[in-house]
Amino acid sequence: MSTTTQQKRSGGLRELGKMFGGGQSSGRQVGILGALVVIVVIFQIATGGLTLDPTNLINLVNQNAYVLILAIGMVMVIIAGHIDLSVGSVAAFTGIIVATSMNSWNLPWPLAILLGLVIGALIGAWQGWWVAYVGVPAFIVTLAGMLIFRGGNQFIGNSATVPVPDAFTIIGGGFLPDFGPDIGYSNPTLLLGLAVAVVIVIQEIRVRRTQTRMGSEKAPLWVSIVKIVILLGIVVYATLLFAGGRIGTSFPVSGIILGVLVLVYSFVTRNTTFGRHIYAVGGNWHAAELSGVKTKRINFFVMMNMSVLASLAGMIAVARSVASGPGDGVGWELDAIAAVFIGGAAVSGGIGTIVGSIVGGLVIAVLNNGLQLLGVGVDRVQIIKGLVLLLAVGIDVYSKRQGRPTLRGLLRRNRKNPSPGDQNAVPIERPSVAPTGSAEETSRSQSTTPN
Amino acid sequence: MTANPTILEMRSITKEFPGVKALSEVSIEVKAGEIHAICGENGAGKSTLMKVLSGVYPYGTYSGDIIYQGQEMRFKDIRSSEHAGIVIIHQELALIPELSITENIFLGNEPGRGGIIDWQVAKTEAIGLLARVGLSDDPDTQIKNIGVGKQQLVEIAKALNKSVKLLILDEPTAALNEADSQHLLDLIRGLKGKGVSSIMISHKLNEIEAVADSITIIRDGKTIETIDVVANGVNEDRIIQGMVGRVLENRFPEHESTVGEVFFEVRNWTVQHPLTTERLVVKNSSFTVRRGEVVGFAGLMGAGRTELAMSIFGRSYGTYLSGRVFKDGKEIQLRNVSEAIDHGIAYVSEDRKSLGLNLLDDIKRSIVSAKLSKISKGSVVDKVAEHTVAERFRTSLRIKTPTVDEGVNKLSGGNQQKVVLAKWMFTDPDLLILDEPTRGIDVGAKTEIYGIIRDLAAQGKGIIMISSELPELLGVSDRIYTIFEGTITADLPSAEADPETLMKNMTSKRAVSR
Ligand SMILES: Nc1ncnc2c1ncn2[C@@H]1O[C@H](COP(=O)(O)OP(=O)(O)OP(=O)(O)O)[C@@H](O)[C@H]1O
Ligand SMILES: [Mg+2]
Repeated sequence: MSTTTQQKRSGGLRELGKMFGGGQSSGRQVGILGALVVIVVIFQIATGGLTLDPTNLINLVNQNAYVLILAIGMVMVIIAGHIDLSVGSVAAFTGIIVATSMNSWNLPWPLAILLGLVIGALIGAWQGWWVAYVGVPAFIVTLAGMLIFRGGNQFIGNSATVPVPDAFTIIGGGFLPDFGPDIGYSNPTLLLGLAVAVVIVIQEIRVRRTQTRMGSEKAPLWVSIVKIVILLGIVVYATLLFAGGRIGTSFPVSGIILGVLVLVYSFVTRNTTFGRHIYAVGGNWHAAELSGVKTKRINFFVMMNMSVLASLAGMIAVARSVASGPGDGVGWELDAIAAVFIGGAAVSGGIGTIVGSIVGGLVIAVLNNGLQLLGVGVDRVQIIKGLVLLLAVGIDVYSKRQGRPTLRGLLRRNRKNPSPGDQNAVPIERPSVAPTGSAEETSRSQSTTPN
Repeated sequence: MTANPTILEMRSITKEFPGVKALSEVSIEVKAGEIHAICGENGAGKSTLMKVLSGVYPYGTYSGDIIYQGQEMRFKDIRSSEHAGIVIIHQELALIPELSITENIFLGNEPGRGGIIDWQVAKTEAIGLLARVGLSDDPDTQIKNIGVGKQQLVEIAKALNKSVKLLILDEPTAALNEADSQHLLDLIRGLKGKGVSSIMISHKLNEIEAVADSITIIRDGKTIETIDVVANGVNEDRIIQGMVGRVLENRFPEHESTVGEVFFEVRNWTVQHPLTTERLVVKNSSFTVRRGEVVGFAGLMGAGRTELAMSIFGRSYGTYLSGRVFKDGKEIQLRNVSEAIDHGIAYVSEDRKSLGLNLLDDIKRSIVSAKLSKISKGSVVDKVAEHTVAERFRTSLRIKTPTVDEGVNKLSGGNQQKVVLAKWMFTDPDLLILDEPTRGIDVGAKTEIYGIIRDLAAQGKGIIMISSELPELLGVSDRIYTIFEGTITADLPSAEADPETLMKNMTSKRAVSR
């Protein structure tokens, strides 16, 4: 039973798949990325080119940066086997305090941001304590949090709107200051694009060097070249788009914050012991405990981190809308959770990636935006979003249960090698189709909560 | 004996997973009313073959034909194979612990009308079914309150309820003690008399020798031979020869013990049951381990061996009441698992699926998971080192996999066990506690593992080996403690011990005086 040629042949594509997070779930992410591309193309055609218009794109980033930031925290919570329903309320609560602090107490805006992050950390510690050390399921703790902090927001703000000073709005709706010669493009955006391009090339070289050091069979050179060409192509295209907006605009500051967070958190989840432990706790809580993982501490920090990010998201949203109000952040938790699951995370924990969730979030964002451009009403947008979520996760679950390839997987696989019985994502030893099959799912998600 | 008709024929079954050809052209023929054993090394493809047969891998995902009772079958899922009377009992029991025996037996198959369950009928029938498997327990008992041995029997009762004609048992006795195994085997023999054929996978060759009417041997995904036991007889060596392709010289490694001084000592260890406070699971137990010594723990299932080990390993079982632990003459505190690991203690669980591994993870990450700090700078994992470590263990333990990037869920049972072993060897422990380390492992690999254990001992490490297989305890240990109902009842050098003495001490209350 040696490595057959199949392995070698699919190796290249597999390597390409690793661009999107690697591990067991990379296949799903390639699939969802494909779906994103398809959706963008469809809307681009349907809206007659409005979708990929610079102004619209800049808008899209500005409008969605905060939900995507929430998705970063949420995927970690979900990997660890929990859920956080309180993020919208926490965002609103922080938002109103930060706005009040600048408005009534004249706190300088950098300090106000700091204050906001501290509030997030405190709220997170509170919720994390209940989840990790008391052992109340996160669903309950954060449902309570949802009520508590929504009420808190309205109590502090007297259910009214509090405006924020102009300087603060940079983190929400701001742009990079322009400099240098006027060449019809935003210079800072061009520089940013260049930086990203350089990082991509360096990264790929480093990966290849690592592979050499491992002595593992390296992906063929063409894979790296194709990968770099594709990525650079995207970067150049996107850079020109973002740089070509109205005078005075650039790639949005909120987008830069998001980008930095994605990089940092991807690194944390993939390359650090903390990241490993999150997956371990969500994958098999008991086995993690017996491997010396401090599961309570992990749960605590994951919940705490989520609230910090929720606070950041809240401040960015307040900055964008120039005021904090009683209705801020309503329903955000649902968008963030949807993004994570569309991005391939498992309901029972243990599986998911930052990049996947961001792509999942972008799918929702583009849908929202495209349907709006087409003049579809909010009512129908919601219906469509709901169906998309159901479909994306439904395909995954179906393919798992039946041991059949996913639709997305099919698209991918038919191109390389048809292997109908691929059970990629299922622990093989379980009697997957036994009458008890569905009970398993639920019981597993329960068992990931500490007792 | 009249020539039995063939009940099942699987013809040239080929099954591929991405990168692995698990079965290539495997054929097997089972006669009506026989017990047909399937033997082979870990990863040979036995479970895969049975999953093909029972519809876990549906028609179309493999090639080849299944002829059952003269007809070609194309099962699309487990239900359709059950419908035809083929029932598989997986090694991991699929019972729901919180439900009663009755509820489990009839799960998905409830008697009654219009969705309303007739519990009276269910219970009466359950009593009948239980009687057929030799159980007289109250059918209202929750599954979690009966032992594994009985659970296995309930599984069979459940199968009987589905009017099974061909019963597939994948390593049914792996988790059972001698008495329970014996009972189960008798039951399978009894069913044979009533016309139920069985296919049984097991690594316990003595059991196969005792019950099988014919044996098919699979090696590397290919059929090697079928032995007609009824006509030609068989012995263990004959089976092993077929499995590994050569005669296995010594099942237990020759070793010279270089036992040093006592370096690990537990005194008066007492532990309470996690739920029932009045129940003591470990009672006032004291024992020692010397450097370079393999210490065996013998006891019946439920005697408290696992509980003793786990409670020492960072109090991961029950409620600690009293007792002290000394290492190298100094008292140490083991309040949680990471403290235990830091003190150089490792515990390889008997239950690899639920306690030993994260099945969602891949091989390399699993191997390093108990001591990430060893391959991390700051808290950043060095992936090159991780890969190197994993490769090293893959070679030295001969883990059968195309790459270490493969998910552990794709490994065969025995190879998963090797990954767990690697995980704990990687922590470089001074004291390695092995709980049933060879459960579900083939003869060849068992010998390898015994070799590894002796090697570690030769390096001066202390080893505690908990096992229900007395021959293995006697063959590998230097000294054996027997445990009965949470109390250590004897401390015997293995040179002076034999199965009878051990058994006597494993079943008697006489406390050790030493
Ligand atoms: N879902 C899967 N994906 C990839 N490979 C698999 C999968 N299931 C099994 N395999 C591979 O197929 C081979 C046969 O596995 P199988 O579980 O049938 O072995 P086995 O004979 O039952 O071994 P054991 O005695 O250890 O249980 C192994 O090499 C295993 O790694
Ligand atoms: Mg098996």
